[in-house]
Amino acid sequence: MSVNTEQLFDRQIVTQISQSQEEPTWMLQKRLAALDEAAKLSLPKLEKTRIDRWNFTSFDPYRGEEALTTIDTLPENVRQFVSAEKEDHVFVQKNSSPVYQQLSADLKEKGVIFTDIATAAREHGDLVQKHFMTDGINPNEHRLAALHTALFSGGLLLYVPKNVAVELPFQALFWASGKGVGNFPHVLVVLETGANASIIANFVSDEDSDAVVNGAFEVFLGDNARLSVASLHTHGEETTEVAYRRTVVGRDAHLDWTVGDLNGGRTISDNTTHMQGSGSNGEIKAITVGAGEQRSNITSTFHHWGTHTETNIVARGVMLDAAQTILNGVTKIEKGATKANGVQAEKVLMLSPEARGDANPILLIDENDVQAGHAASVGKIDPIQMFYLMSRGLSRRQAERLVIFGFVGPVLDTIPFDSLRERITDVIEGKLSS
Amino acid sequence: MSTVPKLTIKDLQVSIEEKEILKGVNLEVKGGEIHAIMGPNGTGKSTLAQALMGHPRYEVTSGDVSLDGEDVLEMEVDERARKGLFLAMQYPSEISGVTNSDFLRSAVNAKRGEGNEVSIMKFIKQMDKKMDQLNMDESFANRYLNEGFSGGEKKRNEILQLLMLEPRIAILDEIDSGLDIDALKVVAEGVNGMRNPNTGFLIITHYQRLLNYVTPDFVHVTMQGRIVKSGGPELAERLEAEGYDWVKEELGIEDETAEQQA
Repeated sequence: MSVNTEQLFDRQIVTQISQSQEEPTWMLQKRLAALDEAAKLSLPKLEKTRIDRWNFTSFDPYRGEEALTTIDTLPENVRQFVSAEKEDHVFVQKNSSPVYQQLSADLKEKGVIFTDIATAAREHGDLVQKHFMTDGINPNEHRLAALHTALFSGGLLLYVPKNVAVELPFQALFWASGKGVGNFPHVLVVLETGANASIIANFVSDEDSDAVVNGAFEVFLGDNARLSVASLHTHGEETTEVAYRRTVVGRDAHLDWTVGDLNGGRTISDNTTHMQGSGSNGEIKAITVGAGEQRSNITSTFHHWGTHTETNIVARGVMLDAAQTILNGVTKIEKGATKANGVQAEKVLMLSPEARGDANPILLIDENDVQAGHAASVGKIDPIQMFYLMSRGLSRRQAERLVIFGFVGPVLDTIPFDSLRERITDVIEGKLSS
Repeated sequence: MSTVPKLTIKDLQVSIEEKEILKGVNLEVKGGEIHAIMGPNGTGKSTLAQALMGHPRYEVTSGDVSLDGEDVLEMEVDERARKGLFLAMQYPSEISGVTNSDFLRSAVNAKRGEGNEVSIMKFIKQMDKKMDQLNMDESFANRYLNEGFSGGEKKRNEILQLLMLEPRIAILDEIDSGLDIDALKVVAEGVNGMRNPNTGFLIITHYQRLLNYVTPDFVHVTMQGRIVKSGGPELAERLEAEGYDWVKEELGIEDETAEQQA
């Protein structure tokens, strides 16, 4: 691997981004250090997907946008992703700028923070410095992580103090708009001991967008905390998206992750959770639908460190046209994580002769006293199943729909947000009928 | 439709993977009639059932099939069903993630047509009633279609679909195989309850046992891919008592299977 020692981006651009957001000095230093690293580091190595010719560097890294006075000025196809009733907690970012924020006085009073990262870094510096690109994602992991650290803009911190329970889900919307933009959304979620919350993050773009999206999602769950978190991605066909997500789970904490990779374009999606605290349990539900010439590489990982940790990965991919996906599931149990139990199942359904899918279950176990199990399958719709359904009067189309929604059902039916389930259903319907 | 249903099969020849199985079957089934097709293994009974419904692996090479005067062989599988043909299958498919009740409601509505869908309340009531009649636990409504069902549960589920869809011509393919006597009685009661001029039955079976509970009007014997003998219920009784050898002897048949070279 040859090392490119030239800067990928000008230090001045990075400095401008930082200064325009009035960031503390430590953050600018962190950005500049990462920028230097980005030139030296290689791209991440992905199982069975070549990404060396994907566009990760050609774009306009900063595009500022005007704040919105009301959320109703968003175009309907973007607006539909959030509910903004008076009591809702909402954050909207367009390209590089946070443009709308809404949090009830009640939650502010309880110490809940739900704001952009620059503001958070000014007002709660220690908190952000402790968690931003440290124990979650390391800026030096690979070139894309370093680039994200150097160029991120806007971004969001959700902080829920000890024993505070928030009923309504926090909603975040990241919108890539216009040609030639690079978007670097960053979501940082910190739940203290015994806190209880849920958050849905939507990543969308204009239909004709050619955005390069390099996002990061870092989650820290304190002891006995509970979090349901969902990340829904519906970028257009010409986009390229990289999304790295890391979660660190405390003792007896409970995590429920839903990832909907429903982009139209190239997608790298990596969701890794460290089950640090003993007695914690976690679930990852991942769903992807590919169409056209789309390529995607989707990895769900649970890393067991604590004893009595329990995890479950359920992943489903539906591939249309000439789309290809690699669906990886990794359950890694460290020595000492006794009584851990990790199970996973990845399945791909191919709806056309040109579609391709790969389901890779990987169990890495360094401890004897554990349980683990996996299942994987890749297949086409069974013509005998179709015959059976059609023999009861269902049209070919109806029968196909039933089989497909039955196939994604184990993921879809367990998503803890009704609205999200409906939206995912709509997106799948849209992909199937186009 | 107010007319009495009529399924007419003329000189039907069917191949599977280039191998000719049915070599010219002729049969007419009308509403109110129960026809039983009996015969040793491998004589083409199930092939007849699958070909009538349009199974993708079976190729009709010659002959005609009409339902109420319309050409069945021209129709897609779903169209055959909507016109009133029903096949209770020997090995029903398992469909993961689709509940029994969602599937059944889709099927009922497909038959009723757009704009004429059954209300959910009415559907549930009707399904509850039929499930009760078949001694099916109510949990079956929310279980995934045939997934993890025992052999007997699958058969009962086929009969539930039969009762809900009220076809004009019902073909039951070895619905009695593998059923214990109680389940057999339940299935038989289901069929007897539908015995009326609006439905004709073609019951394919290995055994006389089911026919002890459902008395057929006509009994046909298949050998070498054809119907070689027809009669009334007494024919089934004699087959049960004496086996098939006397038929073979009478007709001068040595190898009764369909795959033998003619």
